[in-house]
Amino acid sequence: MSHEEHTAYSYLRQTKKFPNVWCSGCGIGVVMGALIRAIDRIGLLKDDVAVVSGIGCTGRMPVYLDFNTMHTTHGRALAFATGLKLAQPRLKVIVVMGDGDALAIGGNHFIHAARRNIDLTAIIVNNSIYGMTGGQYSPTTPLDQLATTAPYGNIEPPFQVGDLAMAAGASYVARSTVYHAVELDRYIEQAIRKNGFSLVEAVSYCHTTFGRINKLGTAVDMMRMLKENSVTKAAAEKLSPQECANKIVRGVLCDLDKPEYTALYDQVIERAKMGENGKQRTAGGL
Amino acid sequence: MTVKLMQGNEAVAWGALAAGCKFYAGYPITPSTEIAELLARELPKIGGKFIQMEDEIASLAACIGASVGGLKSMTATSGPGFSLMQEHIGYAAMTEVPCVVVDVQRLGPSTGQPTSPSQGDVMQARWGTHGDHPIIVLSPTSVRQAFDLTVSAFNFSEKYRTPVILLMDEVVGHMREKIELPDPKSVERVERGTTSVPPEWYKPYGDSSSDVPPMSPFGAGYRYHITGLLHDIAGYPTQRVDEIDPWLERIQRKIEHGIGDITMVEEDGSDARTVVVAYGATARSARHAVKLARQQRCKVGLVTLLTLWPFPEDVIARVSRSAQRIIVPEMNLGQLALEVERVAGRNKVVRINRANGEMVTPQLILNSIEGN
Repeated sequence: MSHEEHTAYSYLRQTKKFPNVWCSGCGIGVVMGALIRAIDRIGLLKDDVAVVSGIGCTGRMPVYLDFNTMHTTHGRALAFATGLKLAQPRLKVIVVMGDGDALAIGGNHFIHAARRNIDLTAIIVNNSIYGMTGGQYSPTTPLDQLATTAPYGNIEPPFQVGDLAMAAGASYVARSTVYHAVELDRYIEQAIRKNGFSLVEAVSYCHTTFGRINKLGTAVDMMRMLKENSVTKAAAEKLSPQECANKIVRGVLCDLDKPEYTALYDQVIERAKMGENGKQRTAGGL
Repeated sequence: MTVKLMQGNEAVAWGALAAGCKFYAGYPITPSTEIAELLARELPKIGGKFIQMEDEIASLAACIGASVGGLKSMTATSGPGFSLMQEHIGYAAMTEVPCVVVDVQRLGPSTGQPTSPSQGDVMQARWGTHGDHPIIVLSPTSVRQAFDLTVSAFNFSEKYRTPVILLMDEVVGHMREKIELPDPKSVERVERGTTSVPPEWYKPYGDSSSDVPPMSPFGAGYRYHITGLLHDIAGYPTQRVDEIDPWLERIQRKIEHGIGDITMVEEDGSDARTVVVAYGATARSARHAVKLARQQRCKVGLVTLLTLWPFPEDVIARVSRSAQRIIVPEMNLGQLALEVERVAGRNKVVRINRANGEMVTPQLILNSIEGN
C-alpha cells in the first residue's frame, strides 16, 4: 500500500496544485490512481505520455499529472488529441472525459475518433450527471432519475457507452467501476497497450449532485451500490435479460485487431512519395 | 521563379507549403475547398499530415493539437465554418498556440450565398470569439498576395504565438491569375522560439526576456500544462488578479509592440484630398476607379490595407490629416468603415456598401470620387 502511494506520488505535480477540485469521496481520484498505476506498470516515460481532457470535473484531472497535459474545450478533447497524435505518433495520448463532455457536446468527435480507429486511449468517467455545473441530466442519466434540469424525472433514454463505441469502430472497449479499482488498473493498462482506438468506461457516481437529488446516500453508500449492482460479463451471460437490465456489466466488451489510423497514414505518405508508376516524385514541387 | 496560372485558393495552399506548413485539418465548404484538396495531395509528399475532420470545430482543434506537437498547422473554411471555429480561435489566443485560419468569405448571414463574395466577416475575425484577445488578420487582393500573405500569416503566427486569420473573399479565392511564384527555398520562414533551459526551469508562459515566451512541443522533454483557463506563467490555472493582469497585459502588448512589423499597407498618392481606403477584392475595383479618375485629372489617392487587424490606425490618422474625404468601399454594410471613422472622424468618411453578392464596381467608386 505504501509502495502504491509512493508510485502515485512520483507521477503527481508537486507545485501549487493541491488540494484538488474534487469533492471528498469523489470517484474521479480512483480513476486517476488507476491511470497512474497502469502507466507505471507499462513503464512509460513521463515525457512520452500526453493526457488531454475537456471540460468538467474529469477535465481537471490532467493538471495534477506530471505528463504533457492539455485541458481543452468542452467536448473537443478527442479532436485536439487527434491532431497531437498525428503530429507526434510516438506519444501515448490518453484522453480523459466525463459523460456529458464525451457523449453530449463531444458525441460527434467520440464516434469519429472511434471510427478512424486512431491510437488514442479514451477514459470516460461516467457519473451520469453534469457535476461541475450542479447536477443537470446527461446522456447517461438513467430514465426516471431526477436532475436539476429534470425535476419531474428524466425522460431521455441513456446511451450505452460501450455499445456506442463498438458500433462506431473502437478496437478495445472495457467497463468497470471505481469500486473495482484493481480491475480498472488492468483495463486501462490493456487500453493503453492497444494499438487503435480504445475506451475504458469507468462507472462512477456523484454523491453531491445526483446522489443528493435522488436521495442515494453518501459517497460510501454509492460506492457500495457499484459493488452490489454490478456483475462481470461472464456472470451477466448466465442471467436473463430482465435480471441483467439494471446491472452494470463489467469486463472487456471487445478487443479487436484492426488497421490503425496513423499507421495507415504512413502508408498514404509512402504512396504519395511514389508516383503512380512507382517513381519518386519531387516533393513540394510547384 | 515559376510562372503559373493559378487560383487564389491554390496560391494559399502553395504559400502554406512554402511557409513550412506540415499539418492541415479541415472540413469541406464552398468557396474554400480547393485549399484542402491541394494540401490533401501535397502534404503527404513531404511527410506532412492531412486530415478531414468531422466538422470545423474539430478541424481547428486538431490544428491546435498538431501545433502543440510541433507542426506548423492550418485550416481553411468559409463563413458558416468560421462561426464554428470561433471557440478555438479563443483557445489558441488564450493558450498562445500558433495556427493559421483561412476564411474565404461568402455572403451571409447563415448559409447565405455560398458562391457569392462578401467581406462580411471583418468584425467576426476581430471579435468573433468571446473575451478580450489580440488577433492578427490579413487580407489579400490578388493571387500573388494570397501566396505572400499566407507566408506572412504563418510567420506572424510563429513569431507572436497567436492565431492568425487570412481573410480572403470568394473573388480572390476563386479568381485565376498568371503569377510568378518564388522558389519555396527563397521564402523567408520564421520558426517559433524553442527553449534549451533545464526542464525544471521552463515556464511556458513567462520567465522570458520577450513578451513571446519560447514554446516547447509536447514530447520534447518539457512537461507542462496547457489550459483554456486563465493561467500563471507555469501554465497552471489561477484566479489571482496579480497573475491574471500581467498575463492579459503581456498578450495585448506582444501584438501592440509588433504593429510596425505586422502592419502591411500599399499607398498610392495617399496625401491627396480624396483617398480611397480598400481591402480584398474591393481594392481591385478601387484601383481601377482611381485610375479612371486620374485620367480625368482628378487627384485621388489609394490606400490598400493588407493588414486589417490590428487596425492600421497610424496610417489612417496620417492620411486623414491631408484628406478631406476618405471613401471606404466594402462588400458589407460598413464594418471596417467603423474603424476608419473612429480614427478619421465620421464627417470625412464616405461609405460605399454592397452586401447582395455583387462586387462593388469601379463605377460606383468613381461616382463617389467625383462627388456624385
